[in-house]
Amino acid sequence: MRNISIIAKREFKGYFATPLALVFIVIFLALTGAFAFYVGGFFTRGNADLTSFFAYHPWLFLLLVPAIGMRLWAEERKSGTIELLMTLPVSTLDAVLGKYLAAWAFCGVALALTFPMWITVNVLGSPDNGVILASYLGSFVMAGAFLAISACISSLTKNQVIAFIIAATVCFLFTMSGAQLVLNFFQGWAPEVLVDALRSMSFLTHFDAVTRGVIDLKDVIFFGSLIVMWLFLNILAVEINKGR
Amino acid sequence: MAEMIALSRLTKRFGPLTAVDGIDMKVNRGEVLGFLGPNGAGKSTTMKMLTGFLAPTSGSALVDGIDVTRDPVAVKKRIGYLPEGAPCYGDMTPRGFLNFIADVRGLSGKDREDAIARTVERVEIAGVLEQPIETLSKGFKRRVGLAQAILHNPPVLILDEPTDGLDPNQKHQVRTLIQEMASDKAVVISTHILEEVEAVCTRAVVIARGKVLADGTPDDLLKRSPLHNALHLRIDAGAATALCVDLKAMTIVGDVTQGAIFDGACEISVTSKDGNPIAPEVASMLKDKKHPVSDFKTEKGALDAVFRDITRGPEKKPAETANA
Repeated sequence: MRNISIIAKREFKGYFATPLALVFIVIFLALTGAFAFYVGGFFTRGNADLTSFFAYHPWLFLLLVPAIGMRLWAEERKSGTIELLMTLPVSTLDAVLGKYLAAWAFCGVALALTFPMWITVNVLGSPDNGVILASYLGSFVMAGAFLAISACISSLTKNQVIAFIIAATVCFLFTMSGAQLVLNFFQGWAPEVLVDALRSMSFLTHFDAVTRGVIDLKDVIFFGSLIVMWLFLNILAVEINKGR
Repeated sequence: MAEMIALSRLTKRFGPLTAVDGIDMKVNRGEVLGFLGPNGAGKSTTMKMLTGFLAPTSGSALVDGIDVTRDPVAVKKRIGYLPEGAPCYGDMTPRGFLNFIADVRGLSGKDREDAIARTVERVEIAGVLEQPIETLSKGFKRRVGLAQAILHNPPVLILDEPTDGLDPNQKHQVRTLIQEMASDKAVVISTHILEEVEAVCTRAVVIARGKVLADGTPDDLLKRSPLHNALHLRIDAGAATALCVDLKAMTIVGDVTQGAIFDGACEISVTSKDGNPIAPEVASMLKDKKHPVSDFKTEKGALDAVFRDITRGPEKKPAETANA
C-alpha cells in the first residue's frame, strides 16, 4: 500500500513537471465546453441538466485518455528507467497500480475542473443534483476504464505515438461496439452469442444508463471488471516486456 | 554471513541466443569484484538477473542467502544497483529523485534526511540539487545514479559500468568512492576498462560468450601475460650484442629481443622464462660484467593483452559472430 502511494505521488507530480498537464486540462475544458454549448445545444434545449455536457464525454475520452496513458510505461522503457523502478523493492503490482492511480487521479482533477458547468446549471435552474453527481462518477469510472486500456497498451511498446494510436483504436472499438457500424460487421457470420457479447461491451450503453441517474450494479461490475482485467494484462505485459 | 552473492549455474537464454551460460561465482563482504568482458559477453544480463530485473532461464542467484526468484523484494532491499547508462527520471530534480528513492527504500524522519545529506556530500551533487536531471552534464547524471544506488547504505552494491563516459577526474573520483565504501560491502562492478580493475578491484572475473573464463586477483591475471616480470634495458648500440649474448646465457631468461637503434642507443627486452622475477639476477649480472646500461625497467605485463588472450582464444573465434 505504502509503495503504491509513493509511486503514485511521483507519477502524479510528473504530469505537472512538464506542460503536459496544463495543455491537457486547457484542451479538455475547452472541448467539453464547446461540445456542450455548440454541438449539444445546452441553452436551446431549455432544460436545466447536464445531459448535453456528459453525452460527449465518451468521445472526448476516446482521444484524450490515451494521451494521458501513453507515457506511463512506454516512456519508462524507452529511457531505461524501468530497470531502475523494477529493481527497487516494489512489486510489479505496486508499480502498475501506483502509475494507474496517478493517471486516474489526474483525470479526476481535469473532470473536477469542469465545476463551472455545474454552477452554471444551478444558477439557471434547479437541476437534479443527484443525477449530476451520478453522471460525474460514471464519467470518472469510464475514464478509468479507458485509462486501464491505455496503460496496458503503453506497456507493449517503447514508442508513445504507437501506444497512443493503438490505445485510441481499442478505446474506439469498446465505445462503438454497440453501434450498428460495428455489429453489422459481425452479424453476418458470427454466432449470436458473440454479437450479443459485443453489444454488451459498449461503453456508450453503460454510460448512458449512468447519466440517466441509474447506477445499476451491472454497469458498475462492467466497468470494474474491465479495469481489473486490463490492469491484470498490464502486469503480465510489464513482466514479459521489461527486459526487452 | 561473509558470502553475500552466490551464483550457481546461472543461465539466461533469449530465444536461440544464450546470453549467460552457466555462470558460477561467489562474492564475499569486503571484496570488490571486477566483472570483465567484451561487449555482449553477458555482463549486464548477469547483473540484471542478480538484481531481480530479469528472471533466469535456469540456475540460481542468492544474495545474502536469499534466492532472487523466491523473494525478489527482500533481495532488492539489500542491493544498491546502478543500471547501465545510469537511467534517472529526467524531469525530476536530484532532490526530488533522492526523496523518492528514500521513500521507496523505507527511510523516514531523521534517517531519511541524514541518508540524503550524507549521499549528496559523498557524490558531490550539492550544487545541482534543484536542477532537472535532464539538464545536467553526463558526469552529474552518473553521480545522481550512483547516489540513488548507495542512498540506503546497502550491503551489496552492483554497478554496471559506473565510470563509462566520465572524464579522467570523474573516473578517479568514482573509483575513490567505491574504495571508500568497499570495506563493509560486497561490490560488483562491470567494466571493460582494464585500468579500473587494477585500480579498485580485489578480484577479477573475466567472462565472454556467457561463460567464466578466468577468476582471480588482478595480479593472477597479470601473471598470464607473456611480458609479466619482463625487463627493458637501454644500452649503447656498440655494447648491445655483447649484452644479448650474456643475457641469453642465463637460464632464467626467456626471449631476448633487440630493438631499433635510436640516438646511438637501443632497447633490449628480456622476458622471464617462467614468469618469476628475474630483475635481481639480471641486475647483478650487469654489475659483474660491467655492461654500460643507461636504463632499467621491469614490466608487470599489460592487462589488456591478457584480456585479449583470454576472451579471444584462437579456437573460439567462430562463436564470436553468434554473440555479436
